[in-house]
Amino acid sequence: MTLTQFAARNAFRNHRRSLLTMMSIGFSLLLLTLLMVVWQAFYVSQGTPASALRIATRNRVSLTFTLPIYYLEKIQALPGVEAVAPMDWVGGTYKNDKPQNFFAQYATDPVRVFQVFPDWKIDPRQKRNWQRDRQGAAVSSNLARQHGWKIGDSIYLQKNIYPTDLNLRIDAIYTPGSGWDGVLIHRKYLSDGVSYLKGKVGILVTRVAAPDDVARVTRDIDAMFKNAPAPTRSESERAFQLSFLAALGNIKAFILGISAAVVFTILLVSGNTMAMSIRERTREVAVLKTLGFTRRAILTLFIGEGVTLAMTGGILGTLGAQGLVTAVAASPAGAMLSGLKLTPPVFLLSVTVAAMVGFVSTFLPSWNASRLDIVEGLRYIG
Amino acid sequence: MALPISYNLRNLRQRPAATAMTALGIALTVMIALFILELLSGLNQAFVTTGDPLNVLVMRKGSDAELTSLVTHGQFSILKTLPGVARDARGRPMAVGELMVVIVLPRRDGTGDVNVSVRGTSAMGRELRPGIHLVAGRWFRPGQREVVVSRSVRRRFAHVALGEKIRFGKGEWRVVGVFDAGNSAHSSEIWADVNTMEADFGRPVFSSVLLRATSPVAAQDLIEAASGDQRLELSGELEPDYYASQTRSGAPIRAIGILVSVIMAIGSCFAAMNTMYAAVAYRAREIATLRILGFSRPSILLSFVIESVLLSLLGGLAGVLLAWPLSGLSTGTSNAVTFSEVVFHLQLTPALVVTALGFATLMGLIGGLAPAWHASRQEILTALRS
Repeated sequence: MTLTQFAARNAFRNHRRSLLTMMSIGFSLLLLTLLMVVWQAFYVSQGTPASALRIATRNRVSLTFTLPIYYLEKIQALPGVEAVAPMDWVGGTYKNDKPQNFFAQYATDPVRVFQVFPDWKIDPRQKRNWQRDRQGAAVSSNLARQHGWKIGDSIYLQKNIYPTDLNLRIDAIYTPGSGWDGVLIHRKYLSDGVSYLKGKVGILVTRVAAPDDVARVTRDIDAMFKNAPAPTRSESERAFQLSFLAALGNIKAFILGISAAVVFTILLVSGNTMAMSIRERTREVAVLKTLGFTRRAILTLFIGEGVTLAMTGGILGTLGAQGLVTAVAASPAGAMLSGLKLTPPVFLLSVTVAAMVGFVSTFLPSWNASRLDIVEGLRYIG
Repeated sequence: MALPISYNLRNLRQRPAATAMTALGIALTVMIALFILELLSGLNQAFVTTGDPLNVLVMRKGSDAELTSLVTHGQFSILKTLPGVARDARGRPMAVGELMVVIVLPRRDGTGDVNVSVRGTSAMGRELRPGIHLVAGRWFRPGQREVVVSRSVRRRFAHVALGEKIRFGKGEWRVVGVFDAGNSAHSSEIWADVNTMEADFGRPVFSSVLLRATSPVAAQDLIEAASGDQRLELSGELEPDYYASQTRSGAPIRAIGILVSVIMAIGSCFAAMNTMYAAVAYRAREIATLRILGFSRPSILLSFVIESVLLSLLGGLAGVLLAWPLSGLSTGTSNAVTFSEVVFHLQLTPALVVTALGFATLMGLIGGLAPAWHASRQEILTALRS
C-alpha cells in the first residue's frame, strides 16, 4: 500500500463522518460555484461575438424619453455602421399582472431587425410571413414553450404604457440571442394606435462591421447628437443590458460578501472534522511514529486526507451547481437569465478553492498531530 | 425522567473548539438569511407607510404606474370639482395634478448610473402630504427651474447637494432644498414645479391627479366617480393601495435570498449532524452509563436533540449579533413599478430576530435528530466496552 492509498483509505474510514463532511462542503461549494457562474455571466463574459458588434443608443436623459426617428438614417450613414434597427419597449399586459405572464415585447422594423441581429435564428418562410403581416408577432421559442403558443394563435396585449390594445397573430417562432427574449411586433402597428409615437423611437440598436469599430462608433453617435434637442447615450449592448442589473443594487458587493461567508464556513466545517478525526487517532499517530514515519510524512498524510475529502465534496458541489444551472436554463426564469453557463474555468476554480480550503483548514490540526510526543500519544485515552 | 438541561450546557462547554466552530458556521448562515430579511423588511416599510388613507390617486385606466399614465388638464378640472373633494383653509379644492419623469443620476458609491424619479408638483401637493417637511434650504418657487431633493437621494447620489445643478429636460435645474419624507416612497424622489416641468418637457399633461377626500366614504365615492365615467377613461384608488402594490419590487431579492439561505442551511445541517455524531461517539460510554442508571431511551433522544438545538441557538444568537449593525444602513434597488431607484433602510425588527432564531432552531432539530436517534438506540454492553 502506498502512502497515497493509505491517505485515501483513511479519508473515508469513518463512512458517516466522511459523507456528512463531504455533503456539507458540497452544498457550500454549490453555492460558491453558483455565485461564480453569476459573476462570470455578468462581469467577465464578453457576450457572444455577434453581441459584441452591437451598440444600444437611447435618450441621454431617460430611458422613458424618445429619440426622433430621423436619427436612424444619420447613424446609418456613419462609417463602420452596417445596420440600424429601432427597438421600442411596448410593455403591454398579457392576461394579467402576474409575474408568469410578464415578458418583453419589442416594436421594431421587421426587415432591419434581422440585419442588426443576424445571430437570431428564424425559419425563412416564417420570417417572410411575419414581415408581410402588419398585425403579426414573432415569438421566442422559450415563450412559445412556456405559454403553449403555436403559429396561428392570437395574443392580445392590453394597453399599459401606450394607450392602445394590440391584437396580434403569431406568424413566426424565432430563437433570440442572450438577453433579448421576447415578442417582436411591427412598429407601424403600434404607431397606428398611438399618434404621438409617429416619428419617434425609444432605442436604436446598431450593428458595426468589426469589434474595433464599437468604441469609435459609440463616440461618434453621441458626438453627433450632443447638442441636438434629444442628446443620446450610446453603449455596447452588453453595458446596456448590465445597466438594468446594476439597478438591482450593489450586486458585486453582495456576491463577494456571500462568497466570503461560504468559504469561511467551509473552512470551519473542514477544520472541525479534521480535528475530530485526528483526536480520535492520537494513539494511531503515535504508533505510526514508532514505526518510523517522520513528522513530515504524518503532516502530508493528514493534509492529504483533508484535501481529498474537501476536493471530493467540492466536485460533488460543482456537479450539483451544473445541475441547477441546467434546470434554471430550462425554466421560465431561465429566459430572462440566459447566458448562465458553468464553464471549465469556473469548474477548475471551484475545485481549486475546495482543495485550498481543505489544505488551510487541516493544516493546524495536522501540524499538532505531527509534533505529538510518542509516549504521550500512546498513553492517550480518548 | 428527563435529563437536566445543565447536562447539555456543560457538554457544550466540554469541547469548546468543536462547539464554537459549528456554532459559527450556523451563525454565518443565520446572518446571511437575516441580511436578506432586513432588506425585504426595509423595502416593505418604504411602501407600506406611504400614502394617506384619505387621498385618492387617479390615473389613466389600465396604467399601473404614474410614469405610464396620462391625465389631461381638462380631466383634472373635472376631477377637482367632484363632490367629496375636501377644501383647505382657504377654500381651495385639495387636488393636485402631478407629472412623473425619470432621469439618470450617478450613485455616489460609484456602482453606476440609475434612474431616479422626478415629481412635478405644486404647493398643494405638499399640503396633501403632511408627513413631508423641509430640513434644509427652501421649497422650489413656481415657474423657476428649481428642485428639492429628499434626504436619502442627497445621501445616495452624486451632484445633488444644496446649490448644485442637475441637468435634465432643456437645461439645468438648481437644488434649492432638502426634504425629509421619513420611510415613505417619496424618500426616493426629487420634486420640482409641475408647470415648469411641463414646459421643459413639452408635455402639457399630468401623469396623475391626487385628491383629498372629506371622509373614507367620500373617498370611495370619488374612486367610483373617477373610474365610472366612461368618457374620462380614468381609474382611481386609495393612495396607500397604490404604493402597497409596489412591494413586488422585492421579488427578485426574495427569490435570491431563499435560494442562498436554503443551500447554506442544508450545508449547516450536515455540519451540525457531523458534530453531534462525533459527540455521541465520544460519549458512548457515558450514554451507556446513563442508561444503566435508568434513563429511558426517549429521554436520551430528547437530551441530544435539545443539545443540538442549544448549539444552533448559540449560533443563531451570534448570527443576530452579526447582522445587527446592518440595520439602519441605507441602500437602493430598482422599483418594479416606477422603473426608478427606491431608496430604503435595512430594518431589523423583533419579529425578524424571532424568525432568525426559529430558523437556527430548525437547523438544530434537523441536524440533531439522526445522531440523537443513534445515541438512544445504541446497545449498552457494546458501548461500555468501546
